[in-house]
Amino acid sequence: MHYFLAEVINGLQLGLVYALIALGYTMVYGIVKLINFAHGDVFMVGSFVGYFCFMAGVPWPVAVLAAMAVCATLGVVIEKIAYRPLRYAPKIAALISALGVSLFLEYFSSLKFIFGPDYRVVHSPLQAVNWNIGGVTVTNIQVMILAVVVVMFAGLQYLIHRTKVGTAMRAVSFDHDAARLMGINVDGVISITFAIATALAGAGGVLYAIAYPEIWTFMGIMPGLKAFTAAVLGGIGIIPGAVLGALIMGQVETMTAAFLSSTLRDAIAFGVLILVLLIRPSGILGKNRPEKV
Amino acid sequence: MPVLEVRGLSKDFGGLKAVNNFNLTLEEGEIVGLIGPNGAGKTTVFNLITGIFPVTSGEIRFLDRSILGLKPYKIAQLGIARTFQNIRLFKQCSVLDNVRTVFHPKIKYGLVDAILHTRRYHAEEERVTAMSMALLETMSLADRAEMQAMNLPYGDQRRLEIARALAGEPKVLLLDEPAAGMNPSEVGKLVELIRFIRNHFQVTILLIEHQMGVVMNVCERLEVLDFGETIAAGRPEEIRDNPKVLEAYLGKGVTVA
Amino acid sequence: MKRKYNQTLVILIGAAVVYGLLKALILTGMIGDYWQLILDEALITTIGALGLSIIYGFNGQFSLGQAAFYGMGAYTAGAITKAYGHGNWVWFAGALIAGTLAGAVVSYLIGRPILRLRSDYLGIATLGFGIIVTVLLNNADKVIPILGGAIGMTGLRHMVGFDLLFLFTVGSIFVVRNFIQSSPGRAVVSIREDEIAADAMGIDTTRYKTMAFVLGGALSGLAGALYAHRYPYLNPSSFDWLQSVNFLLIVVLGGLGSITGTVVTAIGWVFLLEGLRFVLGQQFIDFRGVIYAVLLVVVILLRPQGLFGGKEIGFLRPPSVLKPALRPGKENSHAGIGG
Repeated sequence: MHYFLAEVINGLQLGLVYALIALGYTMVYGIVKLINFAHGDVFMVGSFVGYFCFMAGVPWPVAVLAAMAVCATLGVVIEKIAYRPLRYAPKIAALISALGVSLFLEYFSSLKFIFGPDYRVVHSPLQAVNWNIGGVTVTNIQVMILAVVVVMFAGLQYLIHRTKVGTAMRAVSFDHDAARLMGINVDGVISITFAIATALAGAGGVLYAIAYPEIWTFMGIMPGLKAFTAAVLGGIGIIPGAVLGALIMGQVETMTAAFLSSTLRDAIAFGVLILVLLIRPSGILGKNRPEKV
Repeated sequence: MPVLEVRGLSKDFGGLKAVNNFNLTLEEGEIVGLIGPNGAGKTTVFNLITGIFPVTSGEIRFLDRSILGLKPYKIAQLGIARTFQNIRLFKQCSVLDNVRTVFHPKIKYGLVDAILHTRRYHAEEERVTAMSMALLETMSLADRAEMQAMNLPYGDQRRLEIARALAGEPKVLLLDEPAAGMNPSEVGKLVELIRFIRNHFQVTILLIEHQMGVVMNVCERLEVLDFGETIAAGRPEEIRDNPKVLEAYLGKGVTVA
Repeated sequence: MKRKYNQTLVILIGAAVVYGLLKALILTGMIGDYWQLILDEALITTIGALGLSIIYGFNGQFSLGQAAFYGMGAYTAGAITKAYGHGNWVWFAGALIAGTLAGAVVSYLIGRPILRLRSDYLGIATLGFGIIVTVLLNNADKVIPILGGAIGMTGLRHMVGFDLLFLFTVGSIFVVRNFIQSSPGRAVVSIREDEIAADAMGIDTTRYKTMAFVLGGALSGLAGALYAHRYPYLNPSSFDWLQSVNFLLIVVLGGLGSITGTVVTAIGWVFLLEGLRFVLGQQFIDFRGVIYAVLLVVVILLRPQGLFGGKEIGFLRPPSVLKPALRPGKENSHAGIGG
């Protein structure tokens, strides 16, 4: 029983990290209907920023903020160069561009004079501390991740529902032209959305580096795909859905690895996804907005 | 026997009653108009008849056979065709292909013939092409047969949509605002076209329309919808002065001098 | 069918000329061993990409898992030849058929349930399926030892060379062209254009989406089967997400709905990738991925509709049905008012 609960907590830890990435996917999709395949690689960049910060002895909150800043900048630049010119082109074109950006981030960082292609071990600034709560072992890292994600999610919800910027973001996600006619700076709002989305991914990267201390330049592919899957699972474009989907993905993956088969865990996670989609084709929280005929 | 019979048709969209207890009988060869202010539920009625939305309650009988619950493509194959309010052509396809596609259910060759381009394939293609071109000829579109549908001028696109609907040799044709966006001279030609279609192709026509120039001149009788319910029915001259109809379109307290 | 010229004949003659040219270059040694390897890879990739072209380019179904059918075809065919065929040509034919069928059957089984999903959701369902297949291939040796698992399947036979591959490539082009220019092909394309309208016009959309998916899976399965008889071993990593991305890139960059685009881009892409390895030399080999990525972004930015967006080279286009005087030309382009 304790073993089971321990795995549940591990699943929660993984799911929370996925949640930060998934939030970014869903925000970007919500506002420009783009699947930003480069998102997982921004997460990777965040991890490396964390790595270098820790090497320099920087405390972890600062590392998180640094990664957020770097990734936010990266996100804004990517949007401006690779996505904005294609905003009103067929959707697939922007998607291909995203794939290109993803490959670029991977291969460019793999160059020897950037990050290089080798695995690196992260020297986390946190000494692992275990606490015993009701017979279950919880680590300080897990608490930290929970705290960070909760704070970020709360902040995001506040931003979106209680601020002018958030209202503008929601308006743009409904209809670009209408928002523009209402005087909203659509380009600016989209940039801000990308900045927030990639900042969250950056934070996720640092947390991931602390929790799973081996990083390399291609590490973003699978978590990116899984987070994207999580966002769709919860209902693409719906923010609470991203978190819900991510928690489910994290749980399924961890449980499968612990109790069924570690090698099959990815297959089963995606298998669950397909099953859910067959039952709820728009995702768990997704609204099936029927096409106007 | 009426060609189409709709009884007690209702459609709920989670609390919103879009169509409420709608009744309609179409006799063979009629041209009937379905009118009413925007949002009255007219297109929803079309969508219910053609199977695009599931019916909440009621009965739809086509040639004395219930078509409730049938998929749209089955209903189309049985003989009910339609056009769309916002024109839904196969944009990148040629004018000819838009029409030829609709002949597909009646094509007499299969996948193997298709891939191998057998003699049967060539014979059938020639037959279908000839029939399609003839149809386009009657709609004055034959000379543009190989143009991409999206490059046609607006009025021609509407005509192509009608031609495409006729390719299925339907018994009932549902036209959704065929005159939308047309100028008065085009409207006049449309009225002639609709009459021609009914006579030449022997179809029964139900049309949704806002332009009174079409409605008054081509419809033999009208059904007026408001908020999903029939508020009046009868001949155009009767409907024109009906106070309930005027109120629906223009609001209370407006009198016609 | 009124035709200015017999297009099939033109394609065959053209193909014969190209074949002759390339064969001459090979036989005289102007195309060395290394480049022959690349040429063969280009042809195999073309066949695989044509499969996705039917599904996405012509039917509009966003499938991100095409490599799964490619892989299934490769492993099925490879296993048969390794276990039973041992180089026998009859078994070889059987292996090819089995590989193609594997692609077709698997597409059918997964396609029936998921093809009703909307575009983006279909994308990730197929993506997920692709990953499932990759994981299964990586663990296949636990069930069937000869399949090799993550280290790969060895013991394959080199039975296919330029001649056969060229033949199959031309054959695949014919299959796709013939299908698209037929009535079921028109049904398939109409679904891409407007699924609701196609439905309302009497097209059984489920049936034709499935048909396109199965045909596409079959072609990719065939490509895989050929791959398994060209290279000495199979590795699951050749049939993973990245390979699905490759197929997608080829189909989109070539231009959706264009056979010409898919073929030209598939061949060009493989040569570009391998050519970069050659051109850059050992010290700059690391830059290959970076250049590939930059090129990708630049091309899509400059030409979002793809190189041949919706257009075909003359002899692949549907034959004209109009009498010459009525063909679209300068005099007819103002289209008139009609009616």
